[in-house]
Amino acid sequence: MSESALFELRNIHKEFIKGKEKITIFDDLSLNLKKGDFIAIMGPSGSGKTTLLNMLGGVDKPSRGQILFNGSDITKLSEGQLAKWRADHVGFIFQFYNLMPMLSAERNVELPLLLKNLSRSQRKKHVNAALSLVGLQDRAGHQPKELSGGQQQRVAIARAIVTDPEILLCDEPTGDLDRNTATQIMEMLQTLNREFNKTIIMVTHDPEAAKYSRRQLHLDKGQFTDLETAA
Amino acid sequence: MSDLYLVSKNIARNKLRLVLNTFAIIIAFLLFGVLGSINNAFNAGIELSADDRLVVVNKINFTQPLPLSYVEKIRAVEGVKQATHANWFGAYVEGSKIFFAGFAVDPATYLDVYADYLTVESTQRQNWQQNRQGVLIGEKLAQTFGWKMGDRIPISSNIFSNMDGSHVWDMVVEGIFTGAESQADTNYLLFHYKYFIETQTFGSDWVGWIVLNTTDPSLNDQVANAIDEQFANSFHETETSSEKQFNKSFLEQLGSIGLIITSVVAAAFFTLLLIVGNSMALAIRERTREIAVLKTLGFSAKHVFRLVLSESLLLAALGGILGLLLAQVLVQGISQAPQIKNMLPNLVLTSDIFIQAVVYIVVLGLITGIVPAYRAMQLNIVDALSRR
Repeated sequence: MSESALFELRNIHKEFIKGKEKITIFDDLSLNLKKGDFIAIMGPSGSGKTTLLNMLGGVDKPSRGQILFNGSDITKLSEGQLAKWRADHVGFIFQFYNLMPMLSAERNVELPLLLKNLSRSQRKKHVNAALSLVGLQDRAGHQPKELSGGQQQRVAIARAIVTDPEILLCDEPTGDLDRNTATQIMEMLQTLNREFNKTIIMVTHDPEAAKYSRRQLHLDKGQFTDLETAA
Repeated sequence: MSDLYLVSKNIARNKLRLVLNTFAIIIAFLLFGVLGSINNAFNAGIELSADDRLVVVNKINFTQPLPLSYVEKIRAVEGVKQATHANWFGAYVEGSKIFFAGFAVDPATYLDVYADYLTVESTQRQNWQQNRQGVLIGEKLAQTFGWKMGDRIPISSNIFSNMDGSHVWDMVVEGIFTGAESQADTNYLLFHYKYFIETQTFGSDWVGWIVLNTTDPSLNDQVANAIDEQFANSFHETETSSEKQFNKSFLEQLGSIGLIITSVVAAAFFTLLLIVGNSMALAIRERTREIAVLKTLGFSAKHVFRLVLSESLLLAALGGILGLLLAQVLVQGISQAPQIKNMLPNLVLTSDIFIQAVVYIVVLGLITGIVPAYRAMQLNIVDALSRR
């Protein structure tokens, strides 16, 4: 593994059984990701983008192969260890925000902090900092249904960064937003990458969104079409 | 924010469902509290019966009398520690429609035989023993009529006539007794046997029943057999049984109250399990995606299991405690009604019922929550997130 690699995917195979049919998503896929990268993974539907993101986030496992994070193979971790690993290292941003509808914006942001051994005041401090970073301090007490799509996505970003994870995994973060709002969200992600050195891996169909990344990878039929860039 | 906050927010997100579920649980625990208290009140005599106390009644029927001379003969039986006697009086206050129990007893021995059951201050006890017209009033009965020490009260009988042609006996309140246990019946009065027997018109030297303590409960059967054998083939054959058996057979004449109450409560709880269980399963199924998000954020499967199970436990606790509080209010209200006071003097929601209810609350929460919690724990994040 190269010294600066944060993630290294080695010979990943991923297969699904659908009915009596075996479907191969990845066959011997390899990839290196450096700390501080901002990668946009693009490709047609069914190319395996979200599956790849799920494997990098430890919510899915390859059928064979290794996923090394800072040199340690996360495919060897148990479900419980993976949950802790996610809580410690990964922030997730989804296309449809996935906020808890019964909680206010600040409570949604506070959720991942329940897994940390922090006092109430410390949690409050972190929540305020995250909300202020996404410019939503004045909406802290609002429930998701009282916020626009863009504001909800900003709350989701605040929730993803509140624990100060090294990696942000974004699954179509602008897929449900209009162009102006999408631009604001992408600028925010770019700031997190450039100023806060967050490693961002983003799956997107949107070429405009992909322009904000440092690298674009194209997946098709389970393989990167630009192998040099991927390696 | 804590896990409890998260759980309470989840419970309250569908207000109608919360209200309906809580209402169903309240009704079940209200029934349990009230019917359980009634059952306990019926059985209080059995529960508080002393192991070493035996009751001797006429073999024909306990309403038939026994000769007074039996008391001394029974005292002489080996294994008998002490014995006393009592007569049913059937009391009421002239002008009042409230009937209550009154017993004509031997003042020298009665309180000793019931030392574990009744408590009387020693000076009051002495004054009562010395005053032929003295009466000891139970605490609850004294509260009902507002009787105080030294009051002269006219007590009538619905069975006996006084030799003076009336149904009234004048009595002086010399003491107020309390129960050693909170459930002990104190809704009756005790007055002198001699005052009763020498002034009533049904003849003399007879008693209603004899009560005795054995020197050791293990001798109960031996003593009971010895007494019944002693009076076998006489004009007044006896039947001796433990106080517990006596009270139980007395209650059985009213029918199987316990069985009826248990059936009603069991039916209510079974229905409740179906309602709340189904509702919990539905609530969790609706939140599949949210549970997947929690797991994605790093909540472990065990943590998710605890959160979901806590929801059903909290719901059960909410409804259960409200139901019990309502039951407490209702039982307290019912027990103040004069007719109920007379029929069920021990009607209270006891700590035993409360503890039993708490156990049922936990069991209800666990049973209704365990399957949804297990499913949430097992939920596959990728599958759940891909559902629309």
